[in-house]
Amino acid sequence: MLAINNLCASVANKPIIKGLTLDVPAGEVHAIMGPNGAGKSTLSYVLTGRSGYEVTSGAASLDGEDLLGLEANERAARGVFLSFQYPLEIPGVPALTFIRTAMNAQRKARGEAEIGAPAFLKLARETATSLKIDFEMLKRSLNVGFSGGEKKRMEIFQMAMLSPRLLILDETDSGLDIDALKIVSAGVNAMRSPDRAMLVITHYQRLLDYIKPDRVHVLSAGRIVASGGPELALELERDGYDKYVQVAA
Amino acid sequence: MTLASALRTGDLTRLPSRRDEDWRWTDLRGLIRVLPPAAEAGAVHEAGPFSELGGDEIIIANGHVQGAADFVTVGGQDAILQLRHVATQASSNPSRFGITVRSGDSLLVLESYEAQADGAVTSADIDIIVEAGGSLRRIVLAADHASSITVSTATVSLAANAVLEQTVLTTGARRQRIETRVAHPGAGATVRLDGAYLLCDQCHADLTTVVTHGGVDGTTSQMTKGVVRDQARGVFQGRIVVERGADRTDARMGHHALIVSDRAEVDAKPELLIFADDVSCAHGNTIGALDEEAIFYARQRGIPADVARAMLTTAFVGEVIDRIEHDGARDIARAWAAQQLGTDL
Repeated sequence: MLAINNLCASVANKPIIKGLTLDVPAGEVHAIMGPNGAGKSTLSYVLTGRSGYEVTSGAASLDGEDLLGLEANERAARGVFLSFQYPLEIPGVPALTFIRTAMNAQRKARGEAEIGAPAFLKLARETATSLKIDFEMLKRSLNVGFSGGEKKRMEIFQMAMLSPRLLILDETDSGLDIDALKIVSAGVNAMRSPDRAMLVITHYQRLLDYIKPDRVHVLSAGRIVASGGPELALELERDGYDKYVQVAA
Repeated sequence: MTLASALRTGDLTRLPSRRDEDWRWTDLRGLIRVLPPAAEAGAVHEAGPFSELGGDEIIIANGHVQGAADFVTVGGQDAILQLRHVATQASSNPSRFGITVRSGDSLLVLESYEAQADGAVTSADIDIIVEAGGSLRRIVLAADHASSITVSTATVSLAANAVLEQTVLTTGARRQRIETRVAHPGAGATVRLDGAYLLCDQCHADLTTVVTHGGVDGTTSQMTKGVVRDQARGVFQGRIVVERGADRTDARMGHHALIVSDRAEVDAKPELLIFADDVSCAHGNTIGALDEEAIFYARQRGIPADVARAMLTTAFVGEVIDRIEHDGARDIARAWAAQQLGTDL
């Protein structure tokens, strides 16, 4: 589903991603682990089209369609969703208004009819209930005054509402206590499906106790330097990233 | 040095200029070379922006008040006065109007500036008295012409426990100043002074306020927001004076502006002059651009950049509009802002 081939990208003319190749088939969950500064967040921003992240060579496609030539919102409409490490606060825009605007913008881009208010609210109520989110919170300005856990839960809520095909989770466990981690992980696991792929970016193995990956990749100095099954995450937790940092150097 | 005296005498040297500290960002003497002639009151056929809300209507056409030049409440809580300043031609339009809110009464003033022709020069003086325990809500919608010159000066005197809640909304003009001067010598007055300026092209708007706390236990809450694009220029001057003995005054002033283009300009001067000891005063002033990270966040959810910008800008201004208590007036204000910002959110 997601195919990245020999991707190189720079931030402010400094190369960060240096020849990264990765395939994530539909139905699979792949974890990307790596030390600080390896390029984990840069990879998520390059795939989602953030300005300032310049692709210098290589390719990335979703179901065969080139992603890198599309605007950020066009990628979203094709099903790319990034759960932010630090979700933004949007003052003055209620969460429900924001999500409905996003949902209808995506539908419009795909040539689909907009969702009406009753259907939207029904879906929002059901989704909020399943994620243990107080519906009243959705009437407040998005993420303004929310705790770290509430913000992450709001990311998962948006993900469930927008029903993307490719999920990129950037350090979703950061700032979460164990109860919030369980709720967020359950929300992500509920999204697993044969026609959906997930890229879980994390520094620690802990998250992978809750979101079980099919494959684990080690990212170091902008390249994938090792790949394996779930046992690779446990090895990293035990031995650290040292030997991979040396490989990359 | 006022526009009103220049219009009444024809003496251009009476115009305020950039050498006057309070007018240095809204120079009239350097701008006006010739004063247009006075005109008869023209016929006004169009409905005003607040017409659907009813109440008494006073039209000041080309500077001529149609009817009595003073309005006094006659008891009751739901009175509405629509005060419309209409310029039907390029004329000099000096006017004066008086409003008195009797003790314990409540009045909603819906005031509009409607220039229907190029080149009008309007000076509107509004003298407002709110007697003890009275309350005045004033909403000013300045839908001026881009070639107009307008100075509106409201002088408000609040007796003990009186309330003034004001919101000024403007798209500016060639040069425009909407000034509010509030004094409350009585105790326990409550003042809310809000404003929003949404400017484009070469429009100019100046929101100037002076609040003088003379009595004890007064509160002032002030929030002004602006969005300027193209080569527009926004001016905010807010002065709060707490006189000796005006103890337990609580005054808060906020002015926040978004500059959307490289050539737009905002000049702001918040001032707190405090001569009493036991007071709580604060002001905040920010001028900046939209948060690009927030725009990327919205785009990552599928919202196109222009829609994201309009949504964030509308939300920014919405904070001022949400503070309008009257439902009907708030709806009209919100629709006006959406129209100016090109969004129907």
